[in-house]
Amino acid sequence: MSGLSDRLRGLVTGETQADRVVPPSGHTARLTSFTAAAMAFLTVFALALSLAAGRLADRWQATLTGSATIRISAPDDQMTAQTNAVLAVLKTTPGISAFRPLTVDEERALLEPWFGPDLPLDSLPIPQLIEVEGQGYDAEGLRLRLAAEAPGAVLDDHTRWREPLVRAAMRIRTLGLVAILLIAGATAAMITLAANAALSANAQVIRVLRLVGARDVYIARAFVRRFSLRALAGAVVGTVAGMAAMAFLPAADEAGGFLTGLGFQGLHWLWPLAIPPLAAVVSFVATRAAALRTLKGLM
Amino acid sequence: MIDLQNVAYSYGGGELLSDMTLKLAPGSFHFLTGPSGSGKSTFLKLCYAELLPTAGRVTIFDREVRGMSRDDVARMRQRIGVVHQDCQFLDHLSLAENVALPLQVAGREVAAEASDVLDLLGWVGLKAQVAALPPSLSGGERQRAALARAIIMSPDVILADEPTGNLDWEMSVRLLTLLVELNRMGKTILIATHDLNLIRTVKAQVSARVLRIRDRRLQLAGADL
Repeated sequence: MSGLSDRLRGLVTGETQADRVVPPSGHTARLTSFTAAAMAFLTVFALALSLAAGRLADRWQATLTGSATIRISAPDDQMTAQTNAVLAVLKTTPGISAFRPLTVDEERALLEPWFGPDLPLDSLPIPQLIEVEGQGYDAEGLRLRLAAEAPGAVLDDHTRWREPLVRAAMRIRTLGLVAILLIAGATAAMITLAANAALSANAQVIRVLRLVGARDVYIARAFVRRFSLRALAGAVVGTVAGMAAMAFLPAADEAGGFLTGLGFQGLHWLWPLAIPPLAAVVSFVATRAAALRTLKGLM
Repeated sequence: MIDLQNVAYSYGGGELLSDMTLKLAPGSFHFLTGPSGSGKSTFLKLCYAELLPTAGRVTIFDREVRGMSRDDVARMRQRIGVVHQDCQFLDHLSLAENVALPLQVAGREVAAEASDVLDLLGWVGLKAQVAALPPSLSGGERQRAALARAIIMSPDVILADEPTGNLDWEMSVRLLTLLVELNRMGKTILIATHDLNLIRTVKAQVSARVLRIRDRRLQLAGADL
């Protein structure tokens, strides 16, 4: 571990004299910097997607976990009795912190988006809804007691549609993380190709260095440092551009839902700052492996 | 220093060198001659482990080359100066930086030895070209620069492959004289050349063995030299 940290320290502090043995190569330099910048830009978006999906899953989980609804469908003459029976059951159920039947106006407001404002509720068999708040209550036990006391009452603790939503959000988060890994892999592959091209283009330099007694690590270091610093510089540009793009996304609001909540929030803005050093590390590992592999083929 | 025992080298299905035995003793001076394509360059490459023998043993500084790691080979080459006919340099570095390259790769402080580099360049007559880039040098200047780079680390052995190939007679004699001086300082020298006149001229100055590659084998050259 200290060996790696020493190498990374050497990467940053630099051995400019050793670096100079490799001639400047504009093409591969630009290719590496551009690749790192583009990949960093994409990583910012993948990271934002992943974090937003995680936030969404947490929010859905938190919002819906503590609430439930009891729906009572009963003939008109039994509605009041069954409602009272349900309220009595709720009153004695451990873990239920609050409950209240929805008023006719509230039920009309719920139905208004679908049926319009002039809905004649009196003439329709609308079920009575009871809003329930609570944590850790025994949902199955409550269902059994409701079935016994009020046969028309059905407990809906939102599990049926909450879990698929939360699962979907978690999968989107995983997808974002997988995308980040794929981007890192693609970055490593592209930098390896660029490094191989640079090594081939500098075959004579390598031959001369071997002839005068240079060890493989010495030769590799010159290439590794150059590529890692290019990747770092490119990734800084890409990350800054990505964060700026995120900053200009519309703010999260109720109407836009998930899409407008895609940006970073609070301390999450710090996460993208890890992208440039990670890009440099990916480049360091990829270039070093490519260089040592190539050098092993030479005497 | 360098010991070859029954060494053979095959390439592309054919044997290029066969059953060669030679011991380069410290302070010795050897010429290796033979017609073009006889395997002189290959022989030299075996002497600094750029090639490995297909048969026999090559021992350099008491270590068999087959048992050397890549780092061992690199360290061994820091003790052997090599001069090629097509002397290769890092074209983007100045002459002084190229000559100092062996110091740099060996981890020595180049700035502290800058005066040695300048002295050496003066010794080979290239002080005025210190800052020049290699592509701007003439063939003779490149050969002398290659010699300077080969000896900057004060190696125990100097191997030169047709070091006068691109030079006129006067420059060739001058370069060979530099090698003779190094031999008098105790360096072991092996020079591959097909120029028999040059060998005769140098033999007048130094006690040298002349070897010849004939029919893939190494022979001691006779009185025709």
